[in-house]
Amino acid sequence: MTGEQVAEAESRVPSGERSVPVQFAANLTGIAALSKEQIELILDTAEHFREVSQRPIKKVPALRGKTVVNLFFEPSTRTRTSFEIAGKRLSADVQSVSASTSSVVKGETLLDTARNIEAMAPDILVMRHKSAGAADFLARHCSAAVVNAGDGAHEHPTQALLDALTIRQAKGDFAGLRVAIVGDIAHSRVARSNILCLRKLGADVVIAGPPTLLPLRAEALGVEVQRDVNAAIAGADVVMMLRVQVERGGNLNLPSTQEYFKLFGLTEERLKLANDAAVVMHPGPMNRGVEIASSVADGPRSLILEQVSNGLAVRMAVLYLLAGGGARNDESAA
Amino acid sequence: MTNLLLKNGRVVDPSNGLDTDADILIEQGTIAEVGPQLSAEGADTLDVTGCIVSPGFVDMHVHLREPGFEYKETIESGVRAAAAGGFTGIACMPNTDPINDHRAVTELILERATAAGPVHVYPIGAVSVGQRGEALAEIGELVEAGCVAISDDGYPVATAQLMRKALEYSQLFDIPVIDHCEEVSMTHGSVMHEGRVSAELGLRGWPAAAEEITVSRNLIVAAAVGGKLHLAHLSTAGSMQLVREAKRRGSSATCEVMTHHFSLTDEAVRGFDTNTKMNPPLRSEEDRQALLEAIADGTVDVIATDHAPHHADEKLLEFDHAPFGIVGLETAIPLACTHLVHTGVIDTPRLIELMAINPARILGVDHGGLRAGAPADVTVIDLQMEREVAASEFCSRSRNTPFDGVALRGWPVATVVAGQVVWDRR
Repeated sequence: MTGEQVAEAESRVPSGERSVPVQFAANLTGIAALSKEQIELILDTAEHFREVSQRPIKKVPALRGKTVVNLFFEPSTRTRTSFEIAGKRLSADVQSVSASTSSVVKGETLLDTARNIEAMAPDILVMRHKSAGAADFLARHCSAAVVNAGDGAHEHPTQALLDALTIRQAKGDFAGLRVAIVGDIAHSRVARSNILCLRKLGADVVIAGPPTLLPLRAEALGVEVQRDVNAAIAGADVVMMLRVQVERGGNLNLPSTQEYFKLFGLTEERLKLANDAAVVMHPGPMNRGVEIASSVADGPRSLILEQVSNGLAVRMAVLYLLAGGGARNDESAA
Repeated sequence: MTNLLLKNGRVVDPSNGLDTDADILIEQGTIAEVGPQLSAEGADTLDVTGCIVSPGFVDMHVHLREPGFEYKETIESGVRAAAAGGFTGIACMPNTDPINDHRAVTELILERATAAGPVHVYPIGAVSVGQRGEALAEIGELVEAGCVAISDDGYPVATAQLMRKALEYSQLFDIPVIDHCEEVSMTHGSVMHEGRVSAELGLRGWPAAAEEITVSRNLIVAAAVGGKLHLAHLSTAGSMQLVREAKRRGSSATCEVMTHHFSLTDEAVRGFDTNTKMNPPLRSEEDRQALLEAIADGTVDVIATDHAPHHADEKLLEFDHAPFGIVGLETAIPLACTHLVHTGVIDTPRLIELMAINPARILGVDHGGLRAGAPADVTVIDLQMEREVAASEFCSRSRNTPFDGVALRGWPVATVVAGQVVWDRR
């Protein structure tokens, strides 16, 4: 990851639990550029912000006077809404720009679009884009802080962070934890960011999927690779199912959704192979009956809605830390 | 025309078995004498003490962009870049607009090249009309107008049958068929080498197999029907093995490797710099090592650049959207000296074979070598000169290089074409 300058300002966990100050980065383009300590700082900060959403008045003045622009070049409901609400609960001015067609089709380059918005002096640019590396590109050329809300098949760091927060709440610690990620790994930014994040935090990751949807050198990601989903789920503490899109690759990757569900879908039967206290996660949007049975998605092991709540807290934490929080805004956040 | 005396160089010409300290006297654009302590009344003298004096370097894989894409490069800026890079001759690929599939385009290129001066330009015509992979272009007309080879470069020769017909028909004119080897059904949307780095970055991978399948196809077709097959910009260990085995079986096929493919690997793509995006892509370290081995053992015939200028705006895009290719003319010799000669992979005579003798031989153009009576095309290289690449000083119109600011050792210092000093660094 290039273009990551470490901010001069040191950040502290608002609650003051941490005695050693952790430096926070100027942008969040991927998990790859974060240290374990920085990840933990975000999770600790997010834990603190969860409480804000329980209040009758769900707002703190931490980002008053700051402007957050959400730049979405790919359709998104969940992530965009989550960033919008996160910014608003921190009292930032939030503007979302939807550009569902690519910048090239529109005739304006990504850089020109970004520079035009930057001329209005936003503090933070949140971007989703279909090309891997787009967030790094933006960070290299813009002075506003850049948050990657998903770039192609590269990274989706806030998703990995909210998943880590959810796992930490359920399991307490990452050391020795076995996390199975199942599905379309090749095209998944969620998988890439999660693998990086979980490994940095000390968990063991096993991935499984049809070979047509695994990267050719998947072992290079530092994970155990399984073709048999049962072998991946066996003994897992966390089972994370990914969305599968059958139309991707013109049906050269998967013959049918029925066959996929039979070979890889998470059923109650399969879940019995996991550890007794295993939890089930899915980044959404779910294809019920394709990668996951409804009885599992809605069952007692499912943390899927918990992930969404945590997503809000994590995004509040990320916006807060990137806006220079911690150092200046302790009181107002607390 | 003033006469020219090159004093005190190390004259190296493996085609004439020459490697000696000597002077070269050039009269009327032709080499008059090679020998010690020459003197000539009234001749301009170029002191080349400590430098290698070589037959002129030829880059047989260049995109000049004119006609059609003059905002990237013109013939005039391209030949100046060639001269500044130490090349006395360049062969230009046909993927211009209009495509060089008709003699009128060939004639236009040669007319502008002659007007522009300083180095020889050898046009390469299209194999197929419009490079569409359907009908053969009027190859006889193209050759008569001045084309020295045919290629659908930018694309592979579309089918095995078209390759067969091209190899057969081209035998009428004894010209090479140059192929860009890519099985396109495997590379749709691909932007970098498929391997561990693409797995990490989430960029669509371009498998080595996609190149090797077409290399195999071409070698098999050529073995069956003959012709002069030349495989462009090979980049993988598997391709090297295929060519090595074919040569062992007596194949006359030749191949080239690009300067960036032995200088960089796919690790350079981390950070998403679009100047690391080219086709074929930067490969793995294992592939790079295999290229070095094949360059040393004779499997590789030619080192070229695939000089592919693009405007800065075109490269200032998302990695997926930026065009493939980098400029190469003004970094080729220092990259080869740094990564091949100074590392001990090859010696200086072998470098000259790869970049001067062999490309001229394959294209069938007269470079004669450093002996009395030959045309005076000479490249002078200071093997010990150390400097950083400065893209801002390029003669090329484009600056798309991943090597800007990189320190390299071994630079061209003077280029002589037909007895004229067309470029002098000092």
